[in-house]
Amino acid sequence: MSNPELTQDEIRQADRNIRRRKWLAIMFVAPLLLFIFVTFVAPIGTMLYRSFYHPTVAELIPDTLTQLDEWSEESGDLPPPAALNAFAVELQALAAERLSGKLAEEVNRGYPGASSLIKSTARAVRRVDLAELQSSGGQLVLDANKKWSDVNVWRAMKKSGSVFKDDFYLTALDLERSPQGEIIQRDTQIYLDLYWKSLKIAFYITVLTAIIGFPLAWYLANAPSRIANTLMIFVLLPFWTSLLVRTTAWIALLQTNGVVNSILMSLHITDEPLEMLYTQFATVIAMTHILMPFMILPLYSVMKGIDPSYFRAALSLGAKPIPAFIRIYMPMTIPGLSAGALLVFIISIGYYITPALVGGTDGQMISNIIAFHMQSSNNWELAAALGSLLLLLITLLYWLYDRLVGISNLKLG
Amino acid sequence: MKKKLLTLAAAAAVGMTASLASADELTAVSFGGSYGAAQQKHMIDPYMEKTGNNILFENYSGGVAELKAQVESGNVLWDVIDMEVIDLERACSEGLLEVFPQDQLPPGDDGTPAAEDFSEEALANECGVGNIVWTVLYAYNHDTIEGGEPTSMTDFFDTATFPGKRAMRKRPQVNMEWALLADGVPKAEVYDVLATDEGQARAFAKLDSIKDDIVWFDSWSQAPQLLNDGGAVMVQSANGRFFAAIQEENKPFEMVWDGHVFDLDVWAIVKGTDKKDLAIDFIKFATGSKPLSGMPDVAYGPTRQSSYAYIDESIVPKLPSAHLDEGLKASSLFWADYGESLGEKFNEWLLQ
Amino acid sequence: MGKFPRYFTIWQKLGLSGVKLTAYLVLLFLMAPILVIIPLSFNAEPYFTFTEGMLALDPSAYSMKWYEEILADQKWILAIKNSFYIGLMATLIATVLGTTAAIGLTSGQMPFQRMIMALLLSPMIVPLIITAAGMFFFYTQLDIAGSYMGVILAHAALGTPFVVITVNAALAGFDYSLVRASLGMGAKPVYTFFKVIMPLIRPGVISGALFAFVTSFDEVIVVLFLAGPEQRTIPRQMFSGLREEINPTILAVATLLVIISGLLLLTMEYLRARGEKMRAGDVD
Repeated sequence: MSNPELTQDEIRQADRNIRRRKWLAIMFVAPLLLFIFVTFVAPIGTMLYRSFYHPTVAELIPDTLTQLDEWSEESGDLPPPAALNAFAVELQALAAERLSGKLAEEVNRGYPGASSLIKSTARAVRRVDLAELQSSGGQLVLDANKKWSDVNVWRAMKKSGSVFKDDFYLTALDLERSPQGEIIQRDTQIYLDLYWKSLKIAFYITVLTAIIGFPLAWYLANAPSRIANTLMIFVLLPFWTSLLVRTTAWIALLQTNGVVNSILMSLHITDEPLEMLYTQFATVIAMTHILMPFMILPLYSVMKGIDPSYFRAALSLGAKPIPAFIRIYMPMTIPGLSAGALLVFIISIGYYITPALVGGTDGQMISNIIAFHMQSSNNWELAAALGSLLLLLITLLYWLYDRLVGISNLKLG
Repeated sequence: MKKKLLTLAAAAAVGMTASLASADELTAVSFGGSYGAAQQKHMIDPYMEKTGNNILFENYSGGVAELKAQVESGNVLWDVIDMEVIDLERACSEGLLEVFPQDQLPPGDDGTPAAEDFSEEALANECGVGNIVWTVLYAYNHDTIEGGEPTSMTDFFDTATFPGKRAMRKRPQVNMEWALLADGVPKAEVYDVLATDEGQARAFAKLDSIKDDIVWFDSWSQAPQLLNDGGAVMVQSANGRFFAAIQEENKPFEMVWDGHVFDLDVWAIVKGTDKKDLAIDFIKFATGSKPLSGMPDVAYGPTRQSSYAYIDESIVPKLPSAHLDEGLKASSLFWADYGESLGEKFNEWLLQ
Repeated sequence: MGKFPRYFTIWQKLGLSGVKLTAYLVLLFLMAPILVIIPLSFNAEPYFTFTEGMLALDPSAYSMKWYEEILADQKWILAIKNSFYIGLMATLIATVLGTTAAIGLTSGQMPFQRMIMALLLSPMIVPLIITAAGMFFFYTQLDIAGSYMGVILAHAALGTPFVVITVNAALAGFDYSLVRASLGMGAKPVYTFFKVIMPLIRPGVISGALFAFVTSFDEVIVVLFLAGPEQRTIPRQMFSGLREEINPTILAVATLLVIISGLLLLTMEYLRARGEKMRAGDVD
């Protein structure tokens, strides 16, 4: 900066110019930044927040929860009569407003079976006189079903009443809290298995696209440009074709009486149609097909830049072609291969549509279970927790991609 | 060129906004397929023709989940919904549906007051108006079945005698009942047994015995396709789906009535819709004598006595009402209480 | 490649032919599934399988009825209208915002350039199920779930990364002193933009816009979560068709979509060729 040629004034002028240009750049970027913030970042933030903030039960039965605060869950005794009476009164109010179902749903997550318990009891107390409930409602509740005498129901209710909680993350990791408050593993392993399966499926797809894509990319990069350009259309057409179309095509191909089975049977390779649709195999093969271009394009552009004379030189110096290919050529394709592999892996790990349509039960991935909890079991908080974990995984991979490849070097078509 | 493109795009966009914005219509959802087609023909189209109101007729795959998501998030997209009564009690008691003014229902075409014209079950719940009597049963395909001809619920669970896949709808409802029936529980006791932890374990154990042979589907309309293309040798579905495939496409399907679980479908109004009056008007029309008399097209029985005046006699033995002895009445009350907890248990069982 | 170098042994020649054959097989794997659906869409029967009549080329086994069904079905017509309307609106927003941002980002003056770039491109990377779930919660609070506005904004957000990338690429090597020169000589900024920057980046902008359009046109998960029945799009309609009731109408739609994507691809290739020619012209 201390350029002797420039006067103080000129330096200040230059600084001002730089600052002005910086502001100009910011002004250009700001609208999109703001837009992405509102339409994209904030929604994801809302989801993250939801995964640990859950006030529903606290809003439904505030009095009962206040009363339960006094009760020590470890004692093994039932909550005091005052708490039970408060619960009876609030349950009646909920039943009148048709909200007892909501409470039932929430508590059921901590104590399977609580739903039917709460709903049938809500019906039992619905028409009881309020004064009677206030004085002896607790006993009515206990008499309505013997399960109410199980301390664990009340523990579950108290626990579901806390506003900030890590329960959803525990569930998402197949963990739970024992009555003593320790974190223990659940009996059934569901979500970790599913994460593991998604990683495995994504890995298979990545490897398959690499193995299948490599020869084609090589041929495209080395064929005469007229042929290569024509053939490139056949790579790009699937890329530009709707995902739904390609998935539809695989349904038509893989179903029991579908095209593939018909061909196999007419060639007498098999007598019975193979069961391919609605399996993990269908997910892997269809997604491999769909994600192929993401592997072929970066591979192709790297291979295009490799000077064939290296390889030829090695051969003319007496190297055997296969070792020469592995030692000389392959290492030079690593940038394309890693870019393609990371991209395919990132995209496939969070895939939803294709597994949902062709995957059956065992071809489902983590995205599908998130959608399931969003749409079918209405457990939005668990969906948010599962989604947050997936997001963490993706962020790591994204960071890796940016470090290795550089996100702005992404090739499109 | 760019300017021209832009102007064109803008003009197209504006034009479309105008044409889209003017559409203020009622959204009705039902189960699609042959049933949806019958409703379209006998209820939706005549209503649109008569009143000039537009109805967006959508498909859903049943259950309360989507409805619940809409009502609880406050993002209500549907106005009128066709529900299975097995889900109705739950939806109504959880405040997902509006109470329907049943006293406003018009009398039958023969003048019988609505309260007498409708069967008792059709108006049993304050949130809905009965629309059809239908049933869930299973069918097999004469071309693909091996090991003889299944005749009972036990046969459905007998993969040794009748090898091959079974297709069932992915939910606990009906499947749990079937498992107990096949396990030897008498019809009258099914729901009492299912209310106990032991009974539920027993039902899951029975389902477990064929778990590897079950193909799960989400929507009744998938069933004929599965039975046709060999995806499964025995398929659970609503009787009307098979009836339509047999009747219209001459498919070699055979229905097995043993242990069928019969139920009603109702029209109901989604809680919080801003088109409640229009919705009431539509339901009043759709459950009239004449529109209901079209439902036997797909072998579903109308809920109004007066509809039978319009119905061809020959169809009557094919309606579920002719097979009530062999069947079990679905319990809406049971599923209102146990739908949630059994749903969760069922999903965990599925994922195991 | 045609001829092999003379010093190749027979085995090497065989090996190369093997690679060539493999490459063609892979191309077949890429294209065949898409081609298979075209004849199936003319199936006279309401199922997804080739009938014996079709294989025997019996004309009566083929039919146009699924195409007629699309035109007769209000839902499909609405879906087609919606797809174009939402796609065009989202593209417009994404292109304007994405192009301006890319200019700012490549100027070399942007602080935290790399971080901001990563953030702006993240809608492309974050799994759609997460985006859709988050949008469902947030847009419902804003009361724009189940509206055209909600879907358009969501799709615009998903489309912007593609515009940023393509315009970025078009601007690579662009000399910003030209802008300064133009401004310095008293040209208005808007004039400078359209006369100095725009001609250079036009192919990038158009191909970015095409990408943004296709993204919206093909997107189904966000629509599943965010759109009401009135905002149904083509992919959404196909999705429920595939889940609920498979019939060849979907194949007919799929065939039409293949044709559309073919046209888009040709436009794209034309633009690329023009872009390359333009760049080559600069060098001469």
